[in-house]
Amino acid sequence: MHASDSSPAAPGDVLPDHPDFLWRNPDPKPSYDVVIVGGGGHGLATAYYLAKNHGITDVAVLEKGWLAGGNMARNTTIIRSNYLWDESSGIYEHALKLWETLEEDLDHPILFSQRGVLNLAHSPQDIRDSKRRVYANQLNGIDAEWLEPDEVAKVCPIVNISPDVRHPVLGATYQPRAGIAKHDYVAWGFARRADDYGIDLIQDCEVTGLDIQDGRVRGVRTTRGPIAAGKVALAGAGHSSILASMAGLRLPLQSHPLQALVSELLEPVHPTVVMSNAVHVYVSQAHKGELVMGAGIDSYNGYGQRGAFHILERQMAAALELFPVFARAHMLRTWAGIVDVTPDASPIVGLTPVEDLYLNCGWGTGGFKATPGVGWCYAHTIATGEPHPYNAPFALSRFTTGALVDEHGAAAVAH
Amino acid sequence: MQLIACPWCGKREETEFHYGGQAHVAYPEDPYALDDEQWAQYVFFRDNPRGPFTERWVHAAGCRRWFNALRDTVTHEFLAVHDSRTDQPATASTALASQRRKGQEAGR
Amino acid sequence: MNNPFRVRGHGHVDPDTTLSFTFDGRTYTGHPGDTLASALLANGVHHVADSIKYGRPRGVLAAGAEEPNALVQIEAPFPEPMLTATTVELYEGLVARGLSGQGRLSDRPDPARYDTLHAHCDLLVVGAGPAGLAATLTAARSGARVILVDELPQPGGSLLGSQELLDGAPATTWAGDVIAELGTCADVQVLRRTTAFGHYDDGLVLALEKRTDHLGAAAPAHVSRQRIWRIRARQVVHATGAHERPVAFDDNDRPGIMLAGSARTYLNRFGVLPGRRGVVFTTNDSAYPAALELAEAGVRIAAVVDAREEVPEHWRTACEERGIDLRAGHVVTGTSGTGRVSRAHVAAFAQGRLGDRRGVDCDLLLVSGGWNPAVALFSQARGALRYDAEAGAFVPAQPLDTVRTAGSAGGTFTLSGCLADGADAARRALAAIGGTGRAVSLPATVPLPATVPLSDGAPAQVLWRVPSPRDGQDGTHQFVDLQRDALVSDVLRATGAGLRSVEHVKRYTTIGTAHDQGRTSGVMTSGIVAEALGVDIADLGTTRFRPPVVPVAFAALAGRNRGELFDPVRVTALHPWHVEHGALFENVGQWKRPWYYPGAGETMEEAVLRESRAARTGVALMDGSTLGKIDVQGPDAGVLLDRLYTNVMSTLEVGRIRYGVMCGVDGMVVDDGTVIRVAEQEFLLTTTTGNAAKVLEWMEEWLQTEWPGLRVHLTSVTEHWATIPLVGPRSRDVLALVAPGLDVGNDAFPFMSWRDATVAGVAARVCRISFSGELAYEINVPAWYGIGVWEALLAAGDAFGITPYGTETMHVLRAEKAYPVIGQDTDGTVTPQDLGMSWVVSGKKPDFVGKRSFTRAENRRDDRKRLVGLLPADERVLLPEGAQIIATSGIPEPPVPMLGHVTSSYRSAALGRTFALALVRSGTERIGDTLYVPLDGRTVPVTVTDPVLFDQEGTRRDG
Repeated sequence: MHASDSSPAAPGDVLPDHPDFLWRNPDPKPSYDVVIVGGGGHGLATAYYLAKNHGITDVAVLEKGWLAGGNMARNTTIIRSNYLWDESSGIYEHALKLWETLEEDLDHPILFSQRGVLNLAHSPQDIRDSKRRVYANQLNGIDAEWLEPDEVAKVCPIVNISPDVRHPVLGATYQPRAGIAKHDYVAWGFARRADDYGIDLIQDCEVTGLDIQDGRVRGVRTTRGPIAAGKVALAGAGHSSILASMAGLRLPLQSHPLQALVSELLEPVHPTVVMSNAVHVYVSQAHKGELVMGAGIDSYNGYGQRGAFHILERQMAAALELFPVFARAHMLRTWAGIVDVTPDASPIVGLTPVEDLYLNCGWGTGGFKATPGVGWCYAHTIATGEPHPYNAPFALSRFTTGALVDEHGAAAVAH
Repeated sequence: MQLIACPWCGKREETEFHYGGQAHVAYPEDPYALDDEQWAQYVFFRDNPRGPFTERWVHAAGCRRWFNALRDTVTHEFLAVHDSRTDQPATASTALASQRRKGQEAGR
Repeated sequence: MNNPFRVRGHGHVDPDTTLSFTFDGRTYTGHPGDTLASALLANGVHHVADSIKYGRPRGVLAAGAEEPNALVQIEAPFPEPMLTATTVELYEGLVARGLSGQGRLSDRPDPARYDTLHAHCDLLVVGAGPAGLAATLTAARSGARVILVDELPQPGGSLLGSQELLDGAPATTWAGDVIAELGTCADVQVLRRTTAFGHYDDGLVLALEKRTDHLGAAAPAHVSRQRIWRIRARQVVHATGAHERPVAFDDNDRPGIMLAGSARTYLNRFGVLPGRRGVVFTTNDSAYPAALELAEAGVRIAAVVDAREEVPEHWRTACEERGIDLRAGHVVTGTSGTGRVSRAHVAAFAQGRLGDRRGVDCDLLLVSGGWNPAVALFSQARGALRYDAEAGAFVPAQPLDTVRTAGSAGGTFTLSGCLADGADAARRALAAIGGTGRAVSLPATVPLPATVPLSDGAPAQVLWRVPSPRDGQDGTHQFVDLQRDALVSDVLRATGAGLRSVEHVKRYTTIGTAHDQGRTSGVMTSGIVAEALGVDIADLGTTRFRPPVVPVAFAALAGRNRGELFDPVRVTALHPWHVEHGALFENVGQWKRPWYYPGAGETMEEAVLRESRAARTGVALMDGSTLGKIDVQGPDAGVLLDRLYTNVMSTLEVGRIRYGVMCGVDGMVVDDGTVIRVAEQEFLLTTTTGNAAKVLEWMEEWLQTEWPGLRVHLTSVTEHWATIPLVGPRSRDVLALVAPGLDVGNDAFPFMSWRDATVAGVAARVCRISFSGELAYEINVPAWYGIGVWEALLAAGDAFGITPYGTETMHVLRAEKAYPVIGQDTDGTVTPQDLGMSWVVSGKKPDFVGKRSFTRAENRRDDRKRLVGLLPADERVLLPEGAQIIATSGIPEPPVPMLGHVTSSYRSAALGRTFALALVRSGTERIGDTLYVPLDGRTVPVTVTDPVLFDQEGTRRDG
């Protein structure tokens, strides 16, 4: 069937076709140089950069379900690097630069759309915090602007900038290079190219234990049998605490449900990405025209990939405060992921007390945007045994020294 | 939205409660006897199990009392709510939590 | 001619009332009881829209919420995007158009209201079909509190689309009788036009009631358009029915191709013939009643094509009697037509091979590939599913403790079975909550072949797709998901690409992601994938069902929680005065606080300079009522406070006041305020406005969970008091006038003490504290008397030029004295020492919350950021708050090393210049240095100073 069979294609279906071949479905070998536990975006990107940057291809990525079926398949795909602290902006900006050339690099469509991100301010303190972040971003070489309400309306005309609302929009930070990408395309691009390098992507393979001898990891036990490994790299997102406990490690993580939703396909109304903390919601209009929205995590720990409905009701109310035109849009589908949250809303990437066991977790609600950046840095860490300068500040030890990278205290925009 | 059985008020909507994380994490007897790593364990590290979890809740929009509960983090189901005066179960779910969990996993 | 396809003697529409509507620019008529789809079909309109990807004409496939094709945009009375024509009730003046892909949002505000109701019941029954009605009746007669929700305007569900008889009368008569009886039961509520869309924990079912949609422009404005029901049910019965599924064959997407059961519904519920000459293609018995009833009503059935070799004898006979050509062991391989179907291609089909094709002319092709129980809600409730090989469908594996299915939702497909199943489900549900379900005599069904509703004995054949007869092509014209224009070939390409999970295939093909959530395509996809991979569909499963079951408008979900009700507004007792006197307000948490009081023609800057000048040179007053106030009582109150504040509180004397800081366990400042010792066993402490609730909860947490042995009670008294700081060198004079009985002399009433006094005739507590460095009194009176006291102070101060001031001036005054504002000058990474307040950290106490963290490596660094003052070299330059600070006058290439940032920045009337507070790395050591603030590509030189810039000696506080 081709569009030329009849009338021209209607608007709203601009997604490129997926390739005719994505990956093999190999059985696990008895042994690999590197075993990556977790076949999500981070695990796949790490595998790709291990091969591409370090020539390490005797690698297996073990996924307990289907590839990129966890948070990668469930996130709202916002990409930005306008974080407050130098440490954060370092790794996120590294990621953003990679995003900008990722499609060519992977030779795979990822639909990276640099449509900008607005972070709205609703109170004088919001303004202070926002400007602080803008000034810091600019000095860190990150594109960032402060916009007054009328300028916000120019970027996104449907935002309600009336001063007569409960929480008026007093301005916004704007990062023009920020945007969205299509999550499946990204994950499958990394997976496809990792597979090209001969890396084994093994699905339905749950890790049930880690083989540790004399303080050093030797392999993993899985539902598809034991696999020996020179190095083991954890990339289990919401399940990181479970994986780490197999090595006797306790992590400063709490796993929470995070819900998101989409509307039906709509004519273009929302040209950018809008995030607000006081009126808690974030919204973009994805490539096909659906509104994609998220909000806060559910308060309690949960591994059920489901959240409570009042969170969504609250989110809808927030969305309508900012975008009254959404009134008769419809919530079409909702879902939840499991996000692993650290005390300072910053990730943990680096070495562990167990030799040859590496850790990447704690990305909370912000992991998608970091995908290429963390893949790059984590691969470096695994390959060299030393953290990359961009992930060095995110060591587990910071909780002991107190050198936190507290991204909710000041920036309050951890999504 | 769940119903949570406050030991003092009975079943109330989840929105009336705030979550308090892992229960039974006592303030160290002598914080100054701990090295920085041990102190960090108290400050920042909490269990994060997949399955039954003993945790604290407060009936914030109700009686404002804190209490402990045993909750399954997979089904989110409350298995028991403890009266913190005795820390004995005040209510216990008659349901078989593990059976529920299996059902949920099969339905995924 | 109006409604040429309407037949008399059928249907439940009101033929005596005519409704006019417009579709794609043309005006048509229909009747009350119609849907937009049935009205279009009555007018012979089959082409509703063109498909999203290939632009192919598409018609109406189904008769309910499972419709994948007939999407419409409502344009009037108010635009609403993407509804299915099959679920839009017809009303006068409806204007709609067919929708190819994207819906349109109105740019006008939605005038409608939405709301939410909570309801509780013993038993919630979802669906008013035969099973649901039987369940509800059983529970109602047993005295249970029951709620029945159904998406249609009339009860009956599938009965509305059939010609079944119950007790010898049309089944809908029985349904009507049941509803009438339920109406007499006080504890039974029947909600029509109400769709249960979400099943959450603890029996919480969300349902959407469409209250006025069917009234169009005539909808009364005072009635909410839609309502969300939050139903909390002890037991739930899902009697949600089943959705017929199609079979994939070439060009299976043309208008005129319809599910067989839906065609039957159009005849029996709406009195509409979806065509004149039909071909029926089926894999099971359920299409035969459709064929026979349509034939009876005047549709020429050109052929019944049954994929099965074996067709039950009674169907054979029935077809013969009506001269219907029955072709067993045949399939439809494809269709022809320009737009609408005009011919079905029929071929013999055995052992997977097709025989020769023959064309059969038709304008209607009815398809039945079997039935999928509507298990979305059950699955949401975490019910497990199993694959039923005979039905070719996923069915509930077993009931849950509080949720069970009944009728075809559970895989029971006969009418008598559905009735019995419903009654049984209700009895089991009642038994589960300790009740007894009374036996209810169910109406008698008629076991005649012609009225057998669904598969009755003869096994269905499970057939997902017909082999494509086109040479060299495999499924490139066989549609799986009509709305996404996804083809069998797309599914096969996905499996060829290495995909093994149906979730991956869904994402590769986009099948199931559209408006209909894959109701007609999901199981078919699993079947095709299973065949392609040679695996068991039972192992493969389906994609996960995700709420909501039907799309729900954002506005309905938001309900009344919009505008002012989005977030409660908190105002003080003095608020009306502020409004009346032209204050502009600042949102602080949920509070509205006066920001400044602009005089005529005054800018904010001018107003703030005027207000602060009054406070420094005369007298001024503000509304401080929003400060959080917590009453702490009990023998151990002092012990608790000593553990939570960084300094010692227990030694505070009655009548005295102390400033205190609280830290988190990580040693970072979380709040500050004053503590009053009211009595030996009573303290009153204040918190910052935004943190009041958090601090109370924090204190309760320690008290209850860590030190339950302490005999202390905590009570929020924020709203009890109106709090009025009276500030300035003349404040003592003003106070003396309104409180003649109070000795306001410095010795009798020293700094950091409080007195009970009568102020303006009202019993008050007056505190000598100062957040400005000036002589100041904080007058606290019961909130009820707030305005009276405020006005008395204004009157008494008139001679001194008393001036009300807002939060901005408060900030300037306190910043001149380097009093930090928690949350502005701190950000959760700042210790008391960083603020230069080591004096507030007790060295004597063995421990308090946060103390241990002060000795961590990061805290011991000697280059921590410290609070300092900044004076721009150009005294007119106001540094932006949030600006960063660097060491060099030139801006190096990024990343530029940053030393800190500006936390507060103001123009000072007292200093006659601008100034700022900042957190600067090694700030204390840099006092006297020049640093630089990059602004707009250049840098502003600033001098680092001690943070206290005004009255460093503290001489002003005593007046």
